[in-house]
Amino acid sequence: MEKLSDLEYLKLTKAQKFFYRLKLLITGFPSWLLGLGKALLSFLKNIILNIKNEFLDIFLTFKNGDFKTKLSYLFMGFGSIARGQILRGLLFLIFEIVFIFYMISSGTYWLNKLMTLGTKGPQEVYNEKLDQYVMTYYDNSFKILLYGILTIIFIIAFIYTWRLNIKQNKISEAIIKSGKKLKSSKDDLRSLVDDQFHKTLLALPLTGIIVFTALPILFMILIAFTNFDANHNGYSNALFTWVGTSNINQLVTWTSGSSNFSATFGEILTWTLIWAFFATFTNYFLGIFVALMINKKGIMFKKLWRTILVMTIAIPQFISLLYVSKMFSNNGIINGWLMDWGIVGLDSRIQFWENPTLARIMVILINIWIGIPYLMLIATGILLNIPADLYESAKIDGASTLQQFQKITLPYMLFITGPYLLTSFIGNINNFNVIFLLTGGGPTNQAYTTSGGSAGYTDLLITWLFKITTVDSNYKLAAVIGIAVFVVCAAISLFVYNILPSMKNEEEFQ
Amino acid sequence: MSMNNNEKRHMKQSTKNRISNTVIYIILILMSIIWLIPFVSIVLQSFRIESTLQVGYVIPKQWGLDNYIKLFKETSFPIWYLNTLFIALIVALVQTLVVLSMSYTLSRLRFKGRKFLMNFMLVLGLFPGFLTMIVLYTVLKDLNMIMANAVPGLILVYVASSGMGYYISKGFFDTIPRSLDEAARIDGATRFQVFYQIIMPLSKPIVIYTILTAFLGPWGDFIFARYISNYNSSGMNVAVGLWSWLQKDTIAQKYTLFCAGGVIVAIPVTILFMCLQKYYVEGVTGGAVKG
Repeated sequence: MEKLSDLEYLKLTKAQKFFYRLKLLITGFPSWLLGLGKALLSFLKNIILNIKNEFLDIFLTFKNGDFKTKLSYLFMGFGSIARGQILRGLLFLIFEIVFIFYMISSGTYWLNKLMTLGTKGPQEVYNEKLDQYVMTYYDNSFKILLYGILTIIFIIAFIYTWRLNIKQNKISEAIIKSGKKLKSSKDDLRSLVDDQFHKTLLALPLTGIIVFTALPILFMILIAFTNFDANHNGYSNALFTWVGTSNINQLVTWTSGSSNFSATFGEILTWTLIWAFFATFTNYFLGIFVALMINKKGIMFKKLWRTILVMTIAIPQFISLLYVSKMFSNNGIINGWLMDWGIVGLDSRIQFWENPTLARIMVILINIWIGIPYLMLIATGILLNIPADLYESAKIDGASTLQQFQKITLPYMLFITGPYLLTSFIGNINNFNVIFLLTGGGPTNQAYTTSGGSAGYTDLLITWLFKITTVDSNYKLAAVIGIAVFVVCAAISLFVYNILPSMKNEEEFQ
Repeated sequence: MSMNNNEKRHMKQSTKNRISNTVIYIILILMSIIWLIPFVSIVLQSFRIESTLQVGYVIPKQWGLDNYIKLFKETSFPIWYLNTLFIALIVALVQTLVVLSMSYTLSRLRFKGRKFLMNFMLVLGLFPGFLTMIVLYTVLKDLNMIMANAVPGLILVYVASSGMGYYISKGFFDTIPRSLDEAARIDGATRFQVFYQIIMPLSKPIVIYTILTAFLGPWGDFIFARYISNYNSSGMNVAVGLWSWLQKDTIAQKYTLFCAGGVIVAIPVTILFMCLQKYYVEGVTGGAVKG
């Protein structure tokens, strides 16, 4: 495709510009992929080179070092202690002792079992005392996998620390050779509130994130390659084991007929994306609209309007959403009023939550009720920041209110809230509360139910994941869905980040 | 002549303005009604004592405090309420420390691996958080922190991952001029002193915002609380407890109790929120703009 010059590009109409950019994006995709491949290749090359250098350095440090350095290869921290840096040396030494002790006492056990996730499942064993067969439990696949991962991470950490300990020796030798003094233990401690303050601040938060988020996610990614479910819970009924990519195959192979896992996944994914789209953009535009109304010159009681709307943010969602959900149920207030007004009869009450299409529309509408106040606050903050002289000069030029909105307000808003729109879209893909509290995923879809997972018409991937975990205990599929959610979110983020720079050009003021 | 024209235009514009203002008032009043109906009706329903069923009218036929008395005397609601309050207080304290140290470090200190760390957390954030629950449940079970003892388990889960929500306060710290730090550093202050004596006093709005959101979070959490407490009554929070009252087999007896419970939960939380609204708005608008 021919690339247009700037002048030619500016001559295009808005629609033409958009299609031009879209074409650029699509035709540019192969070269983008190629670039990515190249970057990956050079990245690998770099890694290999780095590893080579590391080994060379380890070797040279050993060859050129004094006996303190040489002994440190076996006893971590020996060099530091011998050179007077007691605190550092002791920490290294303690780490080594703990590591060796752990590996001997249990580490090797978990590592050995990791390949099979356990060989001896629960079985009936004859008990002489009781004179009968008793169910006896042996291996625990779940723990083997968990401690196996932990052991591998521990080993990596040990190798890293060992390398650090060698580097430390090299640096210390160089410092001593140049005639300077080494840092004392007191200096080390002091630096924790000074040069190394980031380590102090990050220690606790990062430990939390690694132990409670990163590790569990790594674990669940691995679970996607096992047959961990209600019938193989890894301990009390049967062990689970590695099954390769069969779970993921189930997701991506498309067989005909509607009652299979991949079809169900496809339909729920489609609805999730439709939901996220509407939930994000209805809130966005209506929120701006409401903010504009409240902030218009001459409108009184601004604070009152704002406070009434903000109440939906203040009141916990489980109260407001659960109550609203019941308001729309068959014997709820809405149907009660409609009957009082003679619009519907007792037999023709509107079944808001039983009709799939109606239920889907209702969740989007009620989400507007929940979402507008939030957007109204954000939009108000931004609107107040738009330079007033922009509007003044527009007025002098004779621009109507609508034109002002089109040419000034909207571009400015879009420009500033671009990243927010992306995060809010991702947030809506994972919007558990609104769907689960309003409909619980219902109404039930028979086709979904037969294919592993008690999902309904309004279920998002995230609520489906919740149900598959809590109702069906089908952990392997839950893991697969979790990974799928990640892939979808990552793909959308990458896509938006890649067209965002060109979007920004568009949003310049004209 | 031209004066006349101008006047006419002015007249036309002011009538136009009046019409558009009237339309706006009508829309705003309608919106206010829609926004308030659920809240007004839940309060009215909580005073309805002629039946515990869900009904199709708002104004009670018989008024009374029976639901509230029953709520505190005959149900586990007080336990749930204290559970949630306790969790919220601890989380507000610890999470604020975690989030502030995380965001401060990433905003104002430069060190090796900073960029990597931020990308790492960005990628982690794209996984659904609930996915971690399957593992954490088993681990917490071994630590005896589930079911009846769910409260410490829940605190641990909320606090441990809270460092990932650093974006908004980082956005705030980014706006404080760096020259302040540098001047203090030249005067010999350690990085800790800069943090504690210079940045913190300037950061009151974001500190209050962080405390407020951390405190409100546990009141609304359903997904983790439901999974960890696993329907054990003494380990539930208000969200799970009140949710369990609206299920098919309980709603006939508990509907008005739910309304009363909802009111009891909402009132203090709402008052707190309204008092600190200013800081919330500051945090939300500032944070959203910077992403």
